[in-house]
Amino acid sequence: MATVTRRGFLSLAGIGTAGVLVGSELGFDLAQATQIKQQLRIAGATEAHSVCPYCAVGCSIIAYTRKAADGSVKVLQIEGDPDSPVNEGRLCPKGATAMQLATSDRRVEQPLYRAPGATAWQKMSWDDMLDKLAHRIKDSRDRTFVATDKKGNLVNRTDGIAFAGGATFSNEEGYLAAKVMRSLGLVYLEQQARV
Amino acid sequence: MTNHWRDIKNADVIMINGANPAEAHPVGFQWFMKAKLDPTKGPGSGGGAKLIHADPRFSRTSAVSDMYLRIRTGTDVAYFGGLINYVIQNNKYHDEYVKNYTNASFIINKDYKFKDGLFSGYDAKKRTYAVETWAYDNEPGPDKYAKRDESLKDPHCVFQLIKNHYSRYTPEMVQTITGIPKEDFLKVAQIVGEMGRPDKVMTIVYAVGLTHHTTGSQLIRSAAVLQLLLGNIGRPGGGMNAERGHANIQGNTDNAISWEILPGYLKVPLPGQKTIEDYVKVSASKRLLGISWNFFGTNYKKFIVSLLKTWYGDSANKSNDFAFSYLPKPAGNSSWMTIYDQALQGKMEGVMLSGMTAASIGPDSNQVLTALSKLKWLAVMDPFPTTSSEFWHASGLNPADVQTEVFMLPTTHWIEKDGSFVNSGRWMQWKDQVIPPVGDSRHDHWIVAELFHRVKALYQKDGGKFPDPIVHLTMDYKDPLKPSLDEIAREVNGKDLKTGKRLATFAKLMDDGTTTSGNWIYVGSYPEKGNMAKRRKGVQDPAKNDPTGMGFYPEWAWTWPLNRRILYNRASADMSGKPWDPKRAGIAWNGSKWVGDVPDYPPKMNPKDPKAWLPFTMNGEGVARLFASSMLDGPIPEHYEPVESPVKNALHPDMSASPTAFLYDKAAKRENRFGTPDEYPIIATTYRLTEHEHYVTQQVPHLVQLQPEPFVEIPTALANERGVKTGDMVRVRSKRGKIEVRAVVTNRVGQLDLGGKKVYQVGIPIHWGYVGIAAEMHPEKSKFWMANNLTPFVGDANSRTPEFKAFLVQIEKLA
Ligand code: SF4
Repeated sequence: MATVTRRGFLSLAGIGTAGVLVGSELGFDLAQATQIKQQLRIAGATEAHSVCPYCAVGCSIIAYTRKAADGSVKVLQIEGDPDSPVNEGRLCPKGATAMQLATSDRRVEQPLYRAPGATAWQKMSWDDMLDKLAHRIKDSRDRTFVATDKKGNLVNRTDGIAFAGGATFSNEEGYLAAKVMRSLGLVYLEQQARV
Repeated sequence: MTNHWRDIKNADVIMINGANPAEAHPVGFQWFMKAKLDPTKGPGSGGGAKLIHADPRFSRTSAVSDMYLRIRTGTDVAYFGGLINYVIQNNKYHDEYVKNYTNASFIINKDYKFKDGLFSGYDAKKRTYAVETWAYDNEPGPDKYAKRDESLKDPHCVFQLIKNHYSRYTPEMVQTITGIPKEDFLKVAQIVGEMGRPDKVMTIVYAVGLTHHTTGSQLIRSAAVLQLLLGNIGRPGGGMNAERGHANIQGNTDNAISWEILPGYLKVPLPGQKTIEDYVKVSASKRLLGISWNFFGTNYKKFIVSLLKTWYGDSANKSNDFAFSYLPKPAGNSSWMTIYDQALQGKMEGVMLSGMTAASIGPDSNQVLTALSKLKWLAVMDPFPTTSSEFWHASGLNPADVQTEVFMLPTTHWIEKDGSFVNSGRWMQWKDQVIPPVGDSRHDHWIVAELFHRVKALYQKDGGKFPDPIVHLTMDYKDPLKPSLDEIAREVNGKDLKTGKRLATFAKLMDDGTTTSGNWIYVGSYPEKGNMAKRRKGVQDPAKNDPTGMGFYPEWAWTWPLNRRILYNRASADMSGKPWDPKRAGIAWNGSKWVGDVPDYPPKMNPKDPKAWLPFTMNGEGVARLFASSMLDGPIPEHYEPVESPVKNALHPDMSASPTAFLYDKAAKRENRFGTPDEYPIIATTYRLTEHEHYVTQQVPHLVQLQPEPFVEIPTALANERGVKTGDMVRVRSKRGKIEVRAVVTNRVGQLDLGGKKVYQVGIPIHWGYVGIAAEMHPEKSKFWMANNLTPFVGDANSRTPEFKAFLVQIEKLA
């Protein structure tokens, strides 16, 4: 992450005071006014580079954040990155509203468990959740593991567990998932390429 | 994509099939418009690139296209086949390219036949082909090199077989099958024909409108065959360009969260392969000509050994064949639909879903819901509730009866973690972690790592089935429970174990266990000099950052393989190394080395050397395949009707649909779930809207405001017949289920005239379900909002991709 200094219009707007505005010939320069407003909004902000989470055009975005006194980090603005040869600063309605996804208050914030036949979720700690799930994985693996198939071939596979996902995994997360799942013997591995 | 987004501006003609980039990939579409508005581009003497859009629906892409063709969904093989026929019959193909860069001259086994809609070798009981008769004829001698006839006259050579095969695809036949009027088709054919000139180039762009069919793989191949005949593969402004739908779907295909491959497109090992030697023998392509490099086949062993070494470290060594036995060998197809098919059969116990919701994705969501309710457990890793985490109280299911245990593991979102996304053009772009995780949510990779460690601890404590690959898996991260994505990126790149240094090219990988790489195509993404995906030399200084002016921007991020921006780019130059079009060079031989893009060729190999490798260095043939015996449903693309279709196949009515499409319900002896045209006379297709991304955007208020409710787009004439007006509620049913949504009556979808038979097509956007903001506002209505309630549970023979894009429905107005 870098502190905002680089982008041209900001250095221009950096001297932005009311004096600059009246200085323009028409007495009011909308472009500059917009820049100044932007500047106030993101003054002293931290600039981070990201990529739109939606489609595979892969538009680059710049996210501005500011750290509050209590240490929390707030996203101030997300916009298209003008330097990118892919999108040259442009975003579609999805990318342009990425901030609402980033700051959504609709997230699931703690692990939830639904027992067989239950009609509601119950909250569960991560520790209990991962413990339970690890047991399920081991039990299903041990129950459905095929070491040697009917023809006598060594196959060492887990037939009863599937893993699917990852279209918005970071590349490296996806790699780790494939590495771990194959090593658990899974052959049912799938993501969103087909569907 | 063989090429990339910005490269589309280099094209003279842009053919768009099964895609709507103006709405589904809007920012990528700017490069289409740049080509269109560039007066130096286009057929003839310029005037801007021509856009040709063939689609069931007139969309915003059609609105700016030079030609719009209303095509019946799923019939693009007939369209491309007609163009192939036109190009061959009128000698419009790129002769030198076809002769030297494709397998046109290769002689095929004399027993190869195609008759009445079937290729030789069909087994009706198994619904599969034996492919022996599709093979090349060999020269005598130990090398078994392929026999060729460079005059292309031998009746058994590929060129003649292709020519003969497509002679049936006349403009009249194209009209009867696709519904495209003959006159319009011929206008397109003329424009396309010009693209066989060496100084002209066309790109073909497609999306899931081509893949989501029981003939999906062949739909794409038919377009590729056309591109090869025109000499347009490997060239800037050319290629076959798949617009992918999700931020990192490309990267996670590369990394093989996909049953049939290991990272880097290595084939998954199969039962009966006892050793790496067995595996390589079956999986790697063989050198079929003396001057074919066969790079992939030749180096296959290095890639698999380096992968095993990465995963199993010291436990993978020569004495145990690098732990080859640790890799699971699947019994057969293990793809998306097979997972739920196995669950329906009671054989699948647990499913883990991450950022992917089975219930909405379908196909045949009702059947998928039944499948989910037969699981012992379901784990959903997602930042938001999904139709899968909530499936147990979906309409039609009584929670008390659903015995599936459900785990909802809240994960972080893209902006709460770093790592790279690989876009459709294979550009690997790093992103920062911008904000910390919300609430108690966790990174997916930390969940996976910790789950793994807990499972491992259980095996170490209690024992169990074959714990070896679990206890020996390398987790060489500073904190194995919380690996950083930077560490993993370095692992993927790989290193030389003797020096400990990371590698800059896969040419350095070894098959003796002295190198590692988690994915050979990513070697060079993170060499000793740093993370290449972070590079940012972009359009802030085009003169400096795009030295060739072709839009490669070689120091913006990184592209696999080896930062090559255009795949197969050796084919962008003629035999002597001169670019086909010097104004649009991919690479060029300057007398001592190749310059331009990163060459797909040895950088200093003189093309004039008679022993110089052929241009398609990855293939055993050294050239591209017009005829491909590796396809399971035929070596030459043939038109088959969708499994649900209102008409019989005009080419061979008795072999109407694909004879090899995989019919899950039939194979498992479940009840038939296909409808017939008398009950369901209307063709339906599904599609996506600009304002939504699959299902996650149902959580984004602005986007829900922009597109608040589901609908079905109905042609005016059909709406008049049924007395339906825009805004009316209608029920759309298929044999499998129903949706109840508003009608939008438009002329964007229309009627087709198929040789005297009138048919209607309707379009249904996929984005709604019983979860999200809109669903909360309409809890009752949203029970019947999932488009995939309607779609059929059937797959393409090669990829098992479901037929989301062509099926039959009936529509009624609701009171
Ligand atoms: S901004 Fe739009 S076009 Fe760009 S990556 Fe995001 S969804 Fe795709």
